[in-house]
Amino acid sequence: MPIFHAILSSSAAGPDGDLHRLQWLIGAWLLIGTAGMLRPRSLRYVAHWLFPLGALVSLGIAATAGGFLAVAPMTRQAAGMAAQTQILPLGLPDLPFHLRLDALSGFFLLLLGLAGAGISTFAAGYFRSGTGSAPGLLGLEYHLFLASMALVILADDAYLFMVAWETMALSSYFLVTSQHRIPEIRRAGFLYLVMAHVGAISILLCFGVMQGGSWQFSFQAMRSASLTPFWASAAFLLALLGFGAKAGLVPMHVWLPEAHPAAPSPVSAMMSGLMLKTAIYGVLRVSFDLLHFRLWQWGALTLALGLFSAIFGAIFAAVQTDMKRLLAYSSIENVGLIFTGIGLAILFDASGMPLFAALALTAALVHALNHAFFKSLLFLATGSVLHSTHQRLLGKLGGLIRSMPWVAVLTLVGTLAIAGLPPLNGFVSEWLLLQSFLFTPQIPHAFLNMIIPTGAAALALILALAAYVMVKFYGVVFLGQPRESSLTHAHDANWMERLGLGWLALGCILIGVLPRLALRASSAVTSSLLGAKVHDGSFPWTIAPVAAEQASYSGLIFFVVIVAVVGITFLLVRLLAHGRVRRTPAWDCGYPWQTSRMQDTAEGFGQPIRHMFGAFFHMERELPSPSDPAPQYRIHIEDRLWRAIYQPIARAVQWLADKVGVLQGGRLAIYLLYSFLTLLVLLVFVL
Amino acid sequence: MRMISFIWQFGEVALAVAIAPLFAGWIAQCRAWMQNRSAPPLTLPYRVLGKLFRKDAALATDASGLFRTTPYILFGTMVLAAAIIPSLATDLPFARAADAIALIGLFATARVFLSLAAMDVGTPFGSMGARREMMIGFLAEPALLMVLFNAFLLYRTTALPSLVDGYATHHQGMDPSVIFAAVAFLMVLLAENGRIPIDNPATHLELTMIHEAMLLEYSARHLALVEWASSLKLLNYACIGFALFVPWGIATHGAMPGLDGAAMLLIAILALGVKLVFSGALLALIESLSAKLRLFRAPEYLATAFLVAVLGLLAHLLLGANVHG
Repeated sequence: MPIFHAILSSSAAGPDGDLHRLQWLIGAWLLIGTAGMLRPRSLRYVAHWLFPLGALVSLGIAATAGGFLAVAPMTRQAAGMAAQTQILPLGLPDLPFHLRLDALSGFFLLLLGLAGAGISTFAAGYFRSGTGSAPGLLGLEYHLFLASMALVILADDAYLFMVAWETMALSSYFLVTSQHRIPEIRRAGFLYLVMAHVGAISILLCFGVMQGGSWQFSFQAMRSASLTPFWASAAFLLALLGFGAKAGLVPMHVWLPEAHPAAPSPVSAMMSGLMLKTAIYGVLRVSFDLLHFRLWQWGALTLALGLFSAIFGAIFAAVQTDMKRLLAYSSIENVGLIFTGIGLAILFDASGMPLFAALALTAALVHALNHAFFKSLLFLATGSVLHSTHQRLLGKLGGLIRSMPWVAVLTLVGTLAIAGLPPLNGFVSEWLLLQSFLFTPQIPHAFLNMIIPTGAAALALILALAAYVMVKFYGVVFLGQPRESSLTHAHDANWMERLGLGWLALGCILIGVLPRLALRASSAVTSSLLGAKVHDGSFPWTIAPVAAEQASYSGLIFFVVIVAVVGITFLLVRLLAHGRVRRTPAWDCGYPWQTSRMQDTAEGFGQPIRHMFGAFFHMERELPSPSDPAPQYRIHIEDRLWRAIYQPIARAVQWLADKVGVLQGGRLAIYLLYSFLTLLVLLVFVL
Repeated sequence: MRMISFIWQFGEVALAVAIAPLFAGWIAQCRAWMQNRSAPPLTLPYRVLGKLFRKDAALATDASGLFRTTPYILFGTMVLAAAIIPSLATDLPFARAADAIALIGLFATARVFLSLAAMDVGTPFGSMGARREMMIGFLAEPALLMVLFNAFLLYRTTALPSLVDGYATHHQGMDPSVIFAAVAFLMVLLAENGRIPIDNPATHLELTMIHEAMLLEYSARHLALVEWASSLKLLNYACIGFALFVPWGIATHGAMPGLDGAAMLLIAILALGVKLVFSGALLALIESLSAKLRLFRAPEYLATAFLVAVLGLLAHLLLGANVHG
């Protein structure tokens, strides 16, 4: 069967057919984007034609990447097709663009295409003509953003990588600031741009270290460069810093909760669901492919940072009162989980346990895929809520399940998935991650093997906190009574929006019920990077990554049995008892005067967290006294790291700028004097 | 042979569903004896269920479909858990559908659904109960995971059937970590099932209750299903505890088909009965001896459970106990 696949793909389009097709598809994205500029003010043209076309191109990319991954790695290795490479006749004279498609880039392209298709479909129904950028301009930026992400993943030299990386940062910056008339959004955009460039400089330096004195900037040269452990560590740390800044790893996370809420919802979904994954891709590319050995210290550092980010994100998400900020902090948490998996993979790999390394890396990859689905779904759902209610504050929402049933049901799928509940997809990756923690006592380091197992407990705490956060999110937005009277007139999403949400929800269910699909895609990656892959289960519907006797999980059985028992119980109750229902006012312990204002609020949900994890927050509270005739309760929560790290840096930069500013006298004579002095100094050097 | 194992599987689930209210009734009876009250009859929970199924359901005007489906989903998840947990035999078809970690996930699914349903009507008590229940959840899960970690270190598996089989094939002396793990598990069991010292199943004082607060708006058949599911949850937790710490009598791998399978199964049913009788009495004793904690003492209680489990882990690793299997 695999041989049949190999013959099919090679006969159809030659050995590098997939890469060729991908280039055409990326070109199509760029073309669609430019086509938007033909009639930039026409919303109908852009929304009804260009965005659906972009979604089709996304599907094409996913299909090509999926087809590439589906050919068994061993077959491809034998046929000399482990990677498809190509040199483009573009770029600088001595620095042409290199492209390469291997299992790792194939996996991330699959992710990009699958989730991107849902987001583009939703976006087709989302954008309204309003105060922000023109629809055509948005379409251009949007498709440029998609194409640059695909190019980041396909790039095979530092030059193209950086060009695509910067294009990605800039196009997303313009998308974030599309409502540029609002000062907060401009501020958020600026912070995002600064952090993006701090990260980019770090990545550039990382590539500089990795070329190892050869001054060859193709990735092929970096793979063959031999670095000393010191320089390799320097490269790894720079990569962790640079890509971590893009991924939102604590303490480089500050831009994320500002920029994600500022952007229009489909853009938030793209940034959180897709762009963060390019950073994950970068870390994996550098640490598992370009560097040819890994030290356990790197793994321990990544693991610690990942766990801390995850805890930090979960706790901050629990105290948020703005639904998009809540989701942004939850992205920090999920990125933390992915980095936890990567850290474990490095640790296991450095300790010579390839199977367990493959298990941890599988968990990280599958979680990245899952996160692309459910986080995009949730961000898009907030967009629908925003459109029909014009509210982002949790304190002014509620009860939307009755006025927006479609969005409510589809969001419920995403909520349960991100809360890590079986039989949906979030659980699969979290289960894999917990499984890989179980093997940490076998790491041959006396202290690590005792400390790291408690990391599993931290992980359990994070997962359960995530469930808490999601109950808060869904309960406050969709359940209960509407907190404002205007909410009863909220309208449901339109058909394109429902289709986009439905596609992503379907992904959440499908990966959860048949996790083997995601595991096969990630196994292609682990076998090419680590030379090991997790085992399949004994049945197509179970997964048993190490051995069936050790642990197994079957999403399908979960799903089928629960659905069957629910159905049978329902029928039995109807047959043996009855189905009579009497509608009455809510009982509420016999209290008849209850209003919607008495419901638990988002702040109320945050209260136990503020109480228990007070050390994480910088908190300012105004608690009114009982005798106050006009009581105002206010609480303001700030990130301690902002004061501890960023404010001193900002002050130092300001101070330095002030000192340098002395040079700017503002008088022409002084500037002429500078030029004259410079000339003199240069003359001294030359003579 | 495949057919017969499905029949056994069905029998195991049916038995669990049938005796779950009985187990709850037994605990209530023991509690009454210990507290010098006249005890309710053992069959009381069944009569309550019957009465509830006959009544008309009073549903709040704004209750959504989520509110109405949740009781069925709760019941479904608990039945699935009962099918997975090897309470009578390890060689059953659904036993490999999940390991112990996935079981925790299944319980979390039930918890999240109940919490969401509690928030659906929008009464203050419902959402307060939901928040507290989720809080207990995130405090209890780390401790529970550490208990499973202990089990994993002993037998290299988190699959409950393999743990039971592993126990049956290695009759070495008891590892000290098991005692720590058992204590921690018991503490988590009390917290997760809404029993004293975290929650009082008998209370109806609005401001202190957790589990009952979430059920306030339920009535009739919906309430019956939720109550049945909670008693099934307690039974499931007890059976996980038996599989982890006292797996005597459970029919192990290879013993199932064949003629003496029936004999093995009879022994297993008897052993399960004896264990349930004793553990019910133990739960009643604990509940009679202790008082309910204030809500914000719950983190301390569950942190203690967590530390006990970590101590077990460290004891195992430091004593360098030989790894079985």
